[in-house]
Amino acid sequence: MQRRSFLQSSAAIALLGTAGCATTSIPSKAKVVVVGGGWGGATAAKYVRLLSGHKIDVVLVEPNDAFVSCPISNLVLGGSRQIGDITTPYSALASRHGITVVKDMVSSIDHAKKSVTLAGGNTIAYDKLILSPGIDIRLDQVQGLPAAYGAGQALHAWKAGAETVALRRQLEAMPDGGVYALTVPEQPYRCPPGPYERACQVAWYFKRAKPRSKVLILDANPDVTSKGALFKKVWAEMYPGIVEFRGQHKLTAVDGANRTLKFEVQSDVKANVLNVVPPQRAGLVAVQSGLANQAQGRWVGVNYQTFESTAAKDVHVIGDAIQLAAGMPKSGHMANNHGKVAAAAVVAQLSGFEPNPKPIVTNTCYSFVDDRNVIHVASVHEYVNNTYAVVQGSGGLSPGPTEAEGVYANSWARTIWNDMLG
Amino acid sequence: MKKKHWSMLALAALLLPAAEAQTRDALYMQSLAATCANCHGTNGKALDGSPVPGLAGQPASHIATQMKAFKAGTRPATIMHQLAKGYSDAQIDQLAAWFAAQPK
Repeated sequence: MQRRSFLQSSAAIALLGTAGCATTSIPSKAKVVVVGGGWGGATAAKYVRLLSGHKIDVVLVEPNDAFVSCPISNLVLGGSRQIGDITTPYSALASRHGITVVKDMVSSIDHAKKSVTLAGGNTIAYDKLILSPGIDIRLDQVQGLPAAYGAGQALHAWKAGAETVALRRQLEAMPDGGVYALTVPEQPYRCPPGPYERACQVAWYFKRAKPRSKVLILDANPDVTSKGALFKKVWAEMYPGIVEFRGQHKLTAVDGANRTLKFEVQSDVKANVLNVVPPQRAGLVAVQSGLANQAQGRWVGVNYQTFESTAAKDVHVIGDAIQLAAGMPKSGHMANNHGKVAAAAVVAQLSGFEPNPKPIVTNTCYSFVDDRNVIHVASVHEYVNNTYAVVQGSGGLSPGPTEAEGVYANSWARTIWNDMLG
Repeated sequence: MKKKHWSMLALAALLLPAAEAQTRDALYMQSLAATCANCHGTNGKALDGSPVPGLAGQPASHIATQMKAFKAGTRPATIMHQLAKGYSDAQIDQLAAWFAAQPK
C-alpha cells in the first residue's frame, strides 16, 4: 500500500516537473548534475529520477541533440542499417522524467566549489556530479594522423555519427579489388570486439558488392582481443579470401596522401580506405580536471561501490573513462550498468543512508557477423573486496553465430536505448 | 490537492527511521532489479513486440522457477543460462518477488 502511494506520488511529481523543463533557462544549481548523455550518463540521469521517486532534480549537460549509438553502428558501415536507425532524441528525458537537458559542454569543474562551468559561460553548482565523459581519441599518438584525419584520409568512426556515414561513403566509393585497412590499438580501448565486428560488416558488404576487395585487420595486440575463436571461424568460413588478420601491428605513423600505414616492426601497408582506431584515454574534461589518476593519467580511478572518484569527493565517474576492474570491458552495456550503480549510490547518499554494499553489474556484447547472424559474450560481476569479480561460473560465449541471437541482439539494442532514453 | 497529499506522505515516510530502512532496502532491491532492465525493459516492462518476455507482473513462482532452470542448465537458452549463474538463489527469489509486484 505504502509502495503504491509512493509510486503514484512519484508519477505526479514527474508530471509537475515536466512543465519546468519547457524552458531553456539553465539553472544555477541542481542536486545532481550529469555530464555526458551517452550510455552511462543518460542512464544515470534517468535512474537518479526513477530511484528517487522523481524527487531529486537532475540537470544533464550534453552537446548533441540526439544520441547516436556506437553498438549497431558497424551495421551502418555494412549497409544493412541507416544512421537514423541508431539515433534517439533526448526529448523523453525531459518530457517523461523531468530532467533539465542543457545543450552545452562542460569546460571546467571546480571540485572545491562543487560547480561546473559550461562552454556557453553558465555555471551550475551541484551536490553530486556524475561524469560520463566517454573517451578522448588520441590522434596525436600516431605520427601524421592529425593531418590525415583532418583531411578525411584516415577516419576512426569510433564515436558514431557523421563520421560513420563518411566512412560508409568511402567504402562505397572504393573500387572492386581495393583494400580496406583497419588498425586496432593496444588494449584497453572502447568496445573490445568492435573492430572485429566491423571487419565482418565491411566484408559482408564487399562479398556482395565488390567481391575482389579485401579487409585487412592490423592489430597492435598479439591476437584478436575478444571472441577470438568465433571471429576467426567466421572469417574463414564466411569471408574466405576477403578478411585477413595480422597481429603484432602497432601503428606508429600514417601517410594520408599516399594512403600508407607504418608500424613499429612490420612492413608498411598501403590501402584504398584507411580506418585508424587510435589509442584512447578518459574524456578530456576528466583529464583536464585532474581525475585521470590511473595508468599514467589515462583513466579515472573510482571506488567501485559508488563509482565516486578517488581524486575528488562527490564526483562519480562512469563508463569507458574509468580504470576498470579485471574482466570488465569498456562497453555500452557496462556503462549503462555503471550508471545505475552510481545513480543508486547518489540517491542513497543524498537521502542520508549507506550505498548498496553489494552492487552487481552485468555485461552483454552482441556482435553481428553479417546482417542477421550474431555471437555474444556475457558476464556478471559482483562487488567484493573493493573491486568487481566475475561471479564464478557465470557468463560465456555463443557456440557460434545464429539468427536467433540476431533477433535478441536487435531487441537488446531497442530495449537498452529505451532503458537509457525512453 | 491529491498529488500534494501523496508527496507529503512520501516525504514524511523518509523522516521515519523504520520507513527509512524500508526505503533503503527498496532502493537496493530496485538497484538489483535494474540489472535485468537492459533486455527485459525498465522495471521489467518489455517493449511492444519484444521477443524477450517482460517480467513485471509475472507470478513470482514462475520467474523463480525459470531462472533456476536456466541456472541449472535444464532450460536451454542462448544467453540466460550464462547470466542466471551470476545470481544466488536468494537474489533470484528477491527479484522474482519484486518483479511480480510491478505493474504490467
